[in-house]
Parts: sequence; structure tokens; C-alpha cells
Amino acid sequence: MNSEKVTKRILFIASFILIILISGIVLTLISGAFPVFEKYGFSFIYSDKWDPTEGKEQYGALTYIVGTVITSLLALIICIPFAFSTSLFIGEYYKGTLVAKIIGTLIDLLAGVPSIVYGLWGFYYLRPLLFNLGENTQGYGIFTSSIVLAIMIIPYATSISTEIISLVPNHLKEAAYSLGATRLEVITNVTIPVARSGIIASYILALGRALGETMAVTMLIGNSNLMPKGIFSLGNTMASVIANQFGEASGLKLSSLIAIGLLLFVVTGFINGIGKLIIKKFA
Amino acid sequence: MKKLVLFGIVSIGLMSFVGIGGLNPIKTNEVGTLQGSGISISAAGSTFAGPIYKAAFGKYQAKTGVTVSYGLTGSGAGITSLKDKVVDFCGSDAFLSNDDMKKMPSEVVHIPTCSGAVDIVYNLPGIGSINLTPALLTKIFMGKTTNWNDAELKKLNPKTKFPNLKITVVYRSDGSGTTAIFSDYMSKVSEEWKTKIGAGKTLNWPVGMGAKGNPGVAGTIGSTDGAIGYVGSEYAELSKKISFAAIQNKAGKFIMPTVDAVSAAGKSDIPADTRVMETNSAEAKAYPISGFTWIILYKNQNYNGRSLAQAQETVKLIDWMLNPEVQGMAKQLNYAPLPAKVVKMAKGILRTVTYNGKALLK
Repeated sequence: MNSEKVTKRILFIASFILIILISGIVLTLISGAFPVFEKYGFSFIYSDKWDPTEGKEQYGALTYIVGTVITSLLALIICIPFAFSTSLFIGEYYKGTLVAKIIGTLIDLLAGVPSIVYGLWGFYYLRPLLFNLGENTQGYGIFTSSIVLAIMIIPYATSISTEIISLVPNHLKEAAYSLGATRLEVITNVTIPVARSGIIASYILALGRALGETMAVTMLIGNSNLMPKGIFSLGNTMASVIANQFGEASGLKLSSLIAIGLLLFVVTGFINGIGKLIIKKFA
Repeated sequence: MKKLVLFGIVSIGLMSFVGIGGLNPIKTNEVGTLQGSGISISAAGSTFAGPIYKAAFGKYQAKTGVTVSYGLTGSGAGITSLKDKVVDFCGSDAFLSNDDMKKMPSEVVHIPTCSGAVDIVYNLPGIGSINLTPALLTKIFMGKTTNWNDAELKKLNPKTKFPNLKITVVYRSDGSGTTAIFSDYMSKVSEEWKTKIGAGKTLNWPVGMGAKGNPGVAGTIGSTDGAIGYVGSEYAELSKKISFAAIQNKAGKFIMPTVDAVSAAGKSDIPADTRVMETNSAEAKAYPISGFTWIILYKNQNYNGRSLAQAQETVKLIDWMLNPEVQGMAKQLNYAPLPAKVVKMAKGILRTVTYNGKALLK
């Protein structure tokens, strides 16, 4: 066997194992979630009744789905202005300068901070601050979690869009300048249109990260099992309900938690799919 | 074509290995292995009993060289670990119901180790102890009384100046024996609670926010003005910012959760298997929200390849927990020692634990 074949085989095995792993995880989730869907059907997704009390057990995931969607979208909305401006700043205006390098490194550093540290910071500094600003729920809740989530996902959104923006070919920009375009005109008419799909992809990646974030959210969202009434009320997310309740879960409850895991998997997949479509459309 | 079929078979085989294999409880023999000369015992469960277990197991290790690792997972998760046979015993503040006992792979026994109070704690800056009646407690935890300047609260505590502050109810977000004791009490004193919420290790709370573990609840209350919740006694002492309430007992007296008041609750009749909730005791001096904390272990200790030595050390440790040495420690940590008759019952139960049909203790 020549080395060409060996290499090919090694690469094949490595990727094959990955496929097996992912299919295995999906299979586990599906078989684990089966009892719940068998019992409740799709009402598990649109019912908001979650009662684990023995004797009157009933499970519906809507509260958690809503909590997850609101916190993640709100985090994305908060994150975009910062991520967008920062990436333009580093990738276009101050490209290659010391300032840009320092800011870029700092943002990458943000990505490396473990989520529990964000949770701690949110719990001891952000929460009292929001409370003093007049938020009613003792500083806990969806809004608090979203702010911390936004800070956590900014590095993901920023570093990829910076990369994409700085990859915009110089000859395109030079052509625009030679036609008398101002810097702002070059950015709005050349840089952003060229980099658009990449920028959107970076936000989608950031959203995906926000959806699954557990620890920091669990510490701040209040873990209330009631349907949130607005962005300032307490709530719970799919990931944090799993983290809170998996330990003692058995039977139908365990199956419900696995079903939530499966839903989270599906939602993440769905969002990535939409992202891919957008990229394809603009590319 | 042949290649493709083979590929399919192999992948399905591997998939089921990765997939289905993951669903089975983890079986491990690590628990039973000898580590050096000493044996190591592993356990998990109740955070309520955590402080006393930590102190007792530390002392035991210094004395005998047997290491005991106790995971503060909450009673619910502790019971699951025992069911999966990954621990030697579990700690729980809620006994297993007859149904739950049937769901265990083999017969288990409950050994009470001490009793403790569930304190009603709150964070009201500048305000010390207040009195609460069961009716008011129900109203607060069901979300009907929502502000600290409530007329009924003022009437009950005429000397206290309550602030105009929203009440934030804090409860356990994970499965907890502390919740079981609290909700058992609430179900006894309020018909409405019993029908709408009920008793159990996890509940469907009508108001408030959840925090994980006794430390989580104590920490959240300590850092949230106007918060109220329930925690094991030892955790109420941890934060200087929280105070605890005197609760009106069945005899109509307002009682603080002291060690003596908890001991008084343990004086009532106890069934032979010790599975009883001590809440709402009729004793005049008893604090109404208290309960035993148990160690639960399998009656037949020969399972999952455990060695005889491992089984022996496990029951020896539990037997030692019932001796005056540990029972005396309980008091310093805000737990009530077991009454003499309960110690006797517990020692009796422990002597029914066997290995291959032979009792492990004489």
C-alpha cells in the first residue's frame, strides 16, 4: 500500500467516526425522547404545563422554548451594533494598526473566558446594577441574561466578520476610490455588499452559541417555570432546565429533558440551515 | 455493492453501540477497588446533610484511614446514583415511597442519621427575627402576599417596621429533600397547597425563582433584598445577611428553629422502618418544619462485584455515624441528634444488612 492510500484511509476513518458519533447522539436523543412524544405527541412542544410533582406529572416545553428564543434573539440584537462597528473599526478603518491588534486580541480574550466567570460577573455586578436602575425582578431575568449572553457572543460575531471584511479585495476598493468615492461610500457600496454573507454567517454562528449557553444563563435568568410575560420577567431556557433537573430525573421526566435536548439540537440545526441558505443567496 | 452493504452494517452496529449504549446506567466497579491499603467509600445526595457528613467523614478518615467521598448532588440525584449502583450509599432527606422502593433494583433500607430543621429565611436589611403563621407562609409562597408591608405581616409583628419591598420567593430548582420536607409541611397545614401544589422533591411553583442546591438558595437570598425561601439550618448560618423566622406550631406557639425545638419534634411515634416525616409535630416545644435525614443503602450488599471488605467498611461507617461521637457533633452544626430510641431502631435496621445472606454487623 502506498502512502497516498494510507493517508486517504486515515482521513476517511477520521471523518467516518465523526459521522457515527453525531448519528449516535441523535439516535440516543430520539430513543430517549420517544416516550414523551408517544404520550403527548406534539403538544409537548406547544404546551406550557411543566409539573414534576409526583402523582400529577405533566410535561410541556413551550415555556423553555420561548425563554431560549427570547434570550438568544435579544442577545443577538444587543450584540450586533457592537460587533458590527468593532469589526469595521478593526477590519477597515484601523486595519493592521497597533490599536486594531490590541482590540482584536482583547476580543479574542473575551471568547476564551469560561461562561461561569460571566455568570459570576453578571450575578455580583450586573444584577445589582440593573436592580438599582429600577428593574423589578431583583435584577434577575431574561434581560439580565441577554446582556451577559450578548457579551459572550460578541467575540464570535466580531472576529469572523473582521476576517471577512479585511478579506475584501483591495482592487475593488481602489477602483471605487479612483471613481471619487468617499471612505463611507466605499464601505457601504463595496465592503459591506462583498462581505455581507460572511457577516451574516458570523451572526448566525453567534446565535447558535447563545442558544446553547447554559451556566451563565442559569445563574441569572431566575429559573422560573412560568411563561415569561416580557423581556424583564423571570424565565428559564431549554439548556438551563436540563442543567437544573437532570440529576434526579427518571422515567417520563428524564424523557422530557432528553426531548428538550433533542429540540435544542433540532432548533440549532434549523438555524444553521437558515444561515447556510442566506449565505448561498448572497454569495 | 458488497462494500456498501458492509459499510452499512458496520455503521448501524457502531451507531447502536454509541447511541443505545449511552442510555444504559453507567456501571462501574471503581467503587469496589482497593486504593492502596485503605478502602474508599463513595456516596452522594442530600446537600441538607452535607455539612455534618463532611465533618463526620473527615473525622472518620483521620481515625481509620478509610476515605469517604460524598457528592453534594441533592437527594434526588443521590437516589438516582444509588439506583444506578455507582455509589455505596446515598443521603436523602425524603424517604422513598413504597412505589419508589419497588423501582429500586433490590431492597433498600433507610438509616436515619440526625434530624434538621428547614429554616424559613429572608433578607430584610435591619430586621431580625419575625413571626410567621402557617396561613401567612402559605400566602407568601403561593404568591398571594406580595409585599413586605402587608397588613397581616404587620399585625403579626407589631414591633417590626416592614419596608415597602416586593417579596421574592426563592425555591430549589433541583430535586431536593429540603423541598420535600417543606412541601410536606405545607400540605399538612394548607388544604389549598395540598390540592394545587402538593408535596415532593420538585414542585410546580406558582411564583418565585429557582436556585440550585441549599448553598444556591442561601446565596441568592443573601444577595437579594426582600427575598424569602427555605434552607437547611446550617446554611442559614452561613450568610450574615439572612435571618430566620419563628413559625407557629400546631400547639399555637411561635418556635425558632433551634436544636432543642427540632429534637422535640423527633419525640413522636416512629414506625419500625423510620420512614416518617416529622413535620407539624403536636409537641408544644417542637419546631414544625423539620425532618430526619437518612442514609439509604441496599439490604444485600453483594452487588455489582463489590468486595466483602467494601461492604463491611460501608456498614461500619454508617454504624459509627449513630454513635455518640457523631451525634454529639450534630449539635454544633445545628442538627438535632437522634433520640436514643431512634438510634436503637437504626442500629437494629443496619444489622439486617447482609452480604451473601450473612449479616455484616453483629
